[in-house]
Amino acid sequence: MKRFTKSALKVLGVACLTLASTLTVASQLETVQERGTLKVAVPQDFPPFGSVGPDLQPVGYDIDTAKYLANEMDLKLELVPVTSANRIPYLQTRKVDLVISSMGKNPEREKAIDFSMAYAPFFLGVFGTESATVSSPADLSGKVVGVTRGSVEDLELSKLAPEDATIRRFEDNNTTISAYLSGQVDLIATGNLVVAKIAENAGDRKPVSKFMIKDSPCYIGVHKGDDALLAKVNSLISKGLSDGSLDKLSMTWLKAELPAELKAQ
Amino acid sequence: MDYTFNFAELLNYKSEMLEGLVTTILLTVFTTVLGCLLGTLGAAARAGKTTWLSRVVGLYVELVRNTPFIVQLFFIFFGLPSLGIKLSAMEAGLLAMVINLGAYSTEIIRAGIEATPKGLVEAAKTLGLTRVQIFTRVVLPPAIARIYPALTSQCIIVMLGSAVLSQISVEELTFAANFIQSRNFLSFETYFVITLLYLVIAIGMRQIFKLIGYVAFPNLRAR
Repeated sequence: MKRFTKSALKVLGVACLTLASTLTVASQLETVQERGTLKVAVPQDFPPFGSVGPDLQPVGYDIDTAKYLANEMDLKLELVPVTSANRIPYLQTRKVDLVISSMGKNPEREKAIDFSMAYAPFFLGVFGTESATVSSPADLSGKVVGVTRGSVEDLELSKLAPEDATIRRFEDNNTTISAYLSGQVDLIATGNLVVAKIAENAGDRKPVSKFMIKDSPCYIGVHKGDDALLAKVNSLISKGLSDGSLDKLSMTWLKAELPAELKAQ
Repeated sequence: MDYTFNFAELLNYKSEMLEGLVTTILLTVFTTVLGCLLGTLGAAARAGKTTWLSRVVGLYVELVRNTPFIVQLFFIFFGLPSLGIKLSAMEAGLLAMVINLGAYSTEIIRAGIEATPKGLVEAAKTLGLTRVQIFTRVVLPPAIARIYPALTSQCIIVMLGSAVLSQISVEELTFAANFIQSRNFLSFETYFVITLLYLVIAIGMRQIFKLIGYVAFPNLRAR
């Protein structure tokens, strides 16, 4: 009797475990698809990635990326405005399914959430006119580069530039931009956002990227462990990169094509 | 207060500070000479009989004296390239400083000239001296002696104003301070030392001007 009870309990135990393993929790992707709406956190205070339009609706690069994903996934889109400080907590507490907020990746953040492939560029580089023949730090020989004193570009460029390159340091972004547009410096070391801002009014001094100093592209954030959702987002980004939809967004908002490094992912 | 001062760190930037010091002194020397020359010519025009010249110089003086120096500098450096006149940072800075000192010293020297006793000029005329001789030998020396303290003070003010040239990336003393501070963030130490260096330059300038005054205007030594 005792032996039978022991065996019976063992069989019951195995049966329970087998049953338990079939009771999987529905993945976040399935939950979202059932819900019919994709909730995306977007920035409101950081043009051109996210700002408020004249009709008080959110507009920007990240909003358009969110619309692209929602369309491809055949879901309605709900935009949730966030700040840089609360975007990750919103994701962790499932107030949103995705964070598309010009977010950079670093080891501390990687411990808290999962990151997709890069979808938009955010880099510091050296820019100049179309005709300037510069494609690497060595080509700066004998040229004059303007940069904002104390910025990351200043520190990096000072390490990269050859001895006979002239670095002119100005006090702030606006003075550095003025120096480039008035021709006082041949090239400018700054971020691609700044360049996008001045591209429209630059005339024949329209800045074109020569080489990157530091790359920190934007990634989409998902809750840690949402593997199915992450895989879906990555496949859509790959699709967007190969069929040119993401390139179109870059041209619209940053007035420049996606850099080769991003497209090669 | 739990901040530990770290003046020793500044010794790593000796070359930047030295370069800044030399640049500021060179700028000051050139500006003082050219600016006072321009001022003398301007004062001669203003105090002279040719009305249209006096008015034109007056326009220049009022324009420069009633606008901020930094705006004049930015106009020359960032604005003129649109008209095809592209000056380097150093050229633009020097030009702006000379124009600035020229305007102020015009007025200062003119005050000295107009205080010349009429009898002195009449006496010179009766002695048959030409207008140029009267101006350079009879009117100008006492005039300069009269306004010498005001003129030297203005020169020192313009030297201190050279700090503004850091805004167009001229690598003078203030640029050196900002550069050092942006590398090590020791604001107190950096700006304290640079302030002392400016003080040394200013006091040095005053002593040099005093010596020049003793030699050039010996009769004023009793003052």
